[in-house]
Amino acid sequence: MARFLPALTLAAALLSALPAAAVQPDEVLADPALEARARSISAGLRCLVCRNENIDDSNADLARDLRLLVRERLVAGDSDTQVADYLVSRYGEYVLLNPTARGSNLLLWVAGPGALLIGLIGAGVYLRRRRSASEPAVAPLSDEEEKRLSEILNS
Amino acid sequence: MALTQLAGMVRAMIAELGHFTLILALAIALVQGTLPLVGAQKGWTSWMALAPAAATLQFICIAISFAALTHAFVTSDFSLKLVYENSHTAKPMLYKVSGVWGNHEGSMLLWVLILALFGGAAAWFGGALPDRLRARVLAVQGLIGVAFLAFIIFTSNPFLRLAEPPFNGQDLNPLLQDPGLAFHPPFLYLGYVGLSMAFSFAVAALIEGRVDAAWARWVRPWTLAAWMFLTIGIALGSWWAYYELGWGGFWFWDPVENASFMPWLVATALLHSAIVVEKREALKAWTILLAIIAFGFSLIGTFIVRSGVITSVHAFANDPERGVFILAILAVFVGGALTLYAFRAGVMEAKGVFGLVSRESALVMNNVLLAVAAFVVFVGTIWPLVAELAFARKLSVGAPFFEAAFTPFMVLLAVLLPIGSLMPWKRARAGRVLRSLAPAALLAFALAALTWAVGTGRPILAPVGVALGVWLMAGAAIDLWTRAGRKAGRLARLPRADWGRGSAHGGLGITFIGIALMMAWNVEDIRTAQIGETFEVGGYAVTLADVEKVQGPNFNATQARIGIAKDGRQVAELFPEKRVYPVAAMPTTEAAISNGVFRDLYVVIGDPQDNGGWAVRTYIKPFANWIWGGTIIMALGGLLSLTDRRYRVAAGARRRTPIAQPAE
Repeated sequence: MARFLPALTLAAALLSALPAAAVQPDEVLADPALEARARSISAGLRCLVCRNENIDDSNADLARDLRLLVRERLVAGDSDTQVADYLVSRYGEYVLLNPTARGSNLLLWVAGPGALLIGLIGAGVYLRRRRSASEPAVAPLSDEEEKRLSEILNS
Repeated sequence: MALTQLAGMVRAMIAELGHFTLILALAIALVQGTLPLVGAQKGWTSWMALAPAAATLQFICIAISFAALTHAFVTSDFSLKLVYENSHTAKPMLYKVSGVWGNHEGSMLLWVLILALFGGAAAWFGGALPDRLRARVLAVQGLIGVAFLAFIIFTSNPFLRLAEPPFNGQDLNPLLQDPGLAFHPPFLYLGYVGLSMAFSFAVAALIEGRVDAAWARWVRPWTLAAWMFLTIGIALGSWWAYYELGWGGFWFWDPVENASFMPWLVATALLHSAIVVEKREALKAWTILLAIIAFGFSLIGTFIVRSGVITSVHAFANDPERGVFILAILAVFVGGALTLYAFRAGVMEAKGVFGLVSRESALVMNNVLLAVAAFVVFVGTIWPLVAELAFARKLSVGAPFFEAAFTPFMVLLAVLLPIGSLMPWKRARAGRVLRSLAPAALLAFALAALTWAVGTGRPILAPVGVALGVWLMAGAAIDLWTRAGRKAGRLARLPRADWGRGSAHGGLGITFIGIALMMAWNVEDIRTAQIGETFEVGGYAVTLADVEKVQGPNFNATQARIGIAKDGRQVAELFPEKRVYPVAAMPTTEAAISNGVFRDLYVVIGDPQDNGGWAVRTYIKPFANWIWGGTIIMALGGLLSLTDRRYRVAAGARRRTPIAQPAE
């Protein structure tokens, strides 16, 4: 409901790991290209003990461990997908902030385009009907309505 | 001694008075929610006349209750459990006051206070409404009041007492001790709860079986006011996240943020469809449905936050009893309204006739896109729950999904918006509209090309965002220019509603540019710096000059002094802090920001490192303030529209003296 609510749960996360704002200087890889890949992978991985935070932003100890793990795998020569697959094999698909489009998740991914299609068809039908509808006969205003109208117009 | 005892007794009495008036408010709301409804059905004037009186009384009672709770927080009355758990004598006064709504019970009390305020406003300024409609609107508003007052009294009573008042309190969560957060919830609630008015009008119209241009004109100011507050509330929350959380993120697609964003999207759609009802007597049933859904999303938002059913950074009330209660409220109100809708929607016949290319069609497209966008956010938000219950899959849906699935609809909306806003009613000629927009398209293309050239190799998001933003801004300008008949002298005499539309659409363009450039061109530097060391970030020379301990009113801080220079000239001296609040035993990061029109310099001080240096994080955030600047301009557009003459006239028309009274 409000943006002020993160506090208490965030507090729990912060307490378990004394603050260290996200990525620490000692974690940063020397190779900027590799580091950039690590950052973009991290942004798509969930900090498992936090609530809806990615490991790149999180202060939790576990997030740090995962960040180091991602970098370890990258240095060892894994591709981006291999790193993600490895984490999924260890922690399940819960770790992915971007859900795969496999199985029942297809529903999630087609929800938007599907709804757009339905909306456009509905709108099309409605608009065609409005175009061909005949303008209804306008009932004359009653005396009281006339009076009201002049009141409004003159105010 | 006797004097302190007396003071203690007075405080206890004030708290009990607050408790009593809260229960009284429930009784009044019960009357307000039932008798006028019967009166309107039977045509009994005296029963209908109860509604405005009850609405006023209910507001007064809740206001007293809220004042009593505020008094308890301000005077640190720790005999109240809530005050003990969320306050401390050493806390600055601003946060003693904002602490009233910085917790579940108090925030719900603020919720019903605002609900009663809207009900009261409808009673005070609704003089022009037909008696039956007014009685029904206020009755529905009263019924919502009954539900939430009962929720507070039975599951979340803020006036519970402690037998042995402790000497001092546990302090408010330090993250909440921030001016941004002091004002964010009230605005957000004004928006959320304001949508209840649209809901009440919709239900009243369904009961009457009548929706016409007058109805649309009455309901629109309330929706506009709610939308404006919601816009400001969301912007404040996003701005707070930006400077407080320590890495400059401004939107996280967290369930709780989505909970405020969905009603915003639907309310935006509702604002536009209500225009079609008002001007052209079409889209009636759809507009009613949107009004129900908009408030439904507000209730769903309340449910998401209060139940903790969808785990989120925000949900702090993991209390199933409260969740079930709110779910029941949601089922009764939205379920009831939709049932009524199913029976009565057919009565609402459209009258207006229009061509396929017309302003009406454009507004229909606006509604399709906004509704689908809200639906995508909704599905993404509840999907983890659905997947777990229906498919036994435990998964997450986070920012990457929303960025991919939501953004295309906004792009489409932005492309179509200026075209639609230039279309005349009934029948338009597409070629003519497009020709008049050619300068906007040209400007958008030129600036996008420039952006592309400046930021070669950076994400494509930057030029796309700039193109869309410029297209929207220039489109809004051309819209105003065309409305004024291409004469500068007439610009000032345009109705405020036109200026409102222009600012809202232009503001959206500014926000688009801010989001795109900040995300695409963000520069970040994380390093260990020794005191006195200077390093280079994105063309700026950053010097960690000093680190020292400072003492705040209720915290201890480590404060760094960081100088930032460009081309040998100092541009900013910043003092980021790491604070520890001893009472709550909690640390926070206070970023220091040098705000600029074209860039923010954002520095954060981290932990001392092993080699004697400090972790320092430096960000350059281009065009960051455009995000919130654009949002505020959008909200101002709402305000301009709200003060347009036609609403002032509508609200004051029945008065003896034709005074111009804003409908809000």
